[in-house]
Amino acid sequence: MNWILTILALLSIVFGLCSGRMEAVGSAALQKCGEAVPLVLSLAGALCLWSGLAEIAGRAGLTEKLAALFRPLTGRLFPAFRRDSAVLGLISMNIAANLLGLGNAATPLGLAAMERMAAGGNGAATREMITLVVLNTCSIQLIPTTVAAVRLSMGSAAPMEILPPVLAASALSLAVSLLLCTVCARLFPDKGGAR
Amino acid sequence: MKLFAALAVPLAVGGILLYGLLHGVDLFAAFAEGAKKGLRTAAAMLPPLVLFLAILGMFEASGGLDVLCHALRPAAELLDIPPEVLPLSLLRPVSGSGSLAVFREILAEYGPDSAVGRTASVIQSASETTFYTLTVYFGAAKISRQRYALPCSLAGDLAVVLSAGWLVGRML
Repeated sequence: MNWILTILALLSIVFGLCSGRMEAVGSAALQKCGEAVPLVLSLAGALCLWSGLAEIAGRAGLTEKLAALFRPLTGRLFPAFRRDSAVLGLISMNIAANLLGLGNAATPLGLAAMERMAAGGNGAATREMITLVVLNTCSIQLIPTTVAAVRLSMGSAAPMEILPPVLAASALSLAVSLLLCTVCARLFPDKGGAR
Repeated sequence: MKLFAALAVPLAVGGILLYGLLHGVDLFAAFAEGAKKGLRTAAAMLPPLVLFLAILGMFEASGGLDVLCHALRPAAELLDIPPEVLPLSLLRPVSGSGSLAVFREILAEYGPDSAVGRTASVIQSASETTFYTLTVYFGAAKISRQRYALPCSLAGDLAVVLSAGWLVGRML
């Protein structure tokens, strides 16, 4: 990521010089960095709501039950946390929210799980953290509601007909990502530190 | 289906509150404690997001995307990807609002039920804003070394782009 950001910045200078849009490039940097603030603020409400509800669910023992329900799956994907029902519970709720297409709920739950997994670590991502991020970058939503709504508004005769190829593509993408993750975990094992 | 989607959030909120109440949890205290953590998470993800959005804005303004699409066109034709969906494929992992705008343009120009429109629909729904997700997740957890996270995530997005056209041809 560090490399990519630097390369993108240098490339935009080169392209900006070539196309004579250097001024636009400069003002874009200043304008876009400001956009991060309302973006975080708009997420902050959802973050507070779902983190608060997750805390209630945790104290009431609901998280533990969910964790037990999803353990056959999550225990395999996150072996280091097989005994940690707090982390597994958050991950289970994150997966459930993603499947239902509740991105606003999925992100806070996933972030809470990330923070717990990173606690006491050395600032390097572990295999489990990367697995969770990959689960969240592959769109595992069961019903593509946003896209179907756009298709409908554009006059599609059958907005939902794309469902089978979408599910197939999602499954393929998840399989490819998780497989590569497993290979990378073998090639570059986690160094001690975080658990 | 619509009702189900609309019910999900209210049910989750109401259900958790009721479950907590029945199990003797001090709802306000627990909620405040959790929400405070959420606020800290929001604060932690802002700094990396500022850098990411600033550089992304610079790249967009420089016209770099057009240059990349032009350069990748022959490769796309070779791999049987409709070149019309290239800008969408490149923008999808980077910008949620940007790719949604491009997606709308494609549907408006080629029609939602055309092969191009269907392929674009699959790409738009089966992949995520990968770079943004990585920035937010690792930013919130204060992880500075992401190791193999980006290549693994992008491999999934690439699989979607490569297979979308073929899947649409076979399944629809």
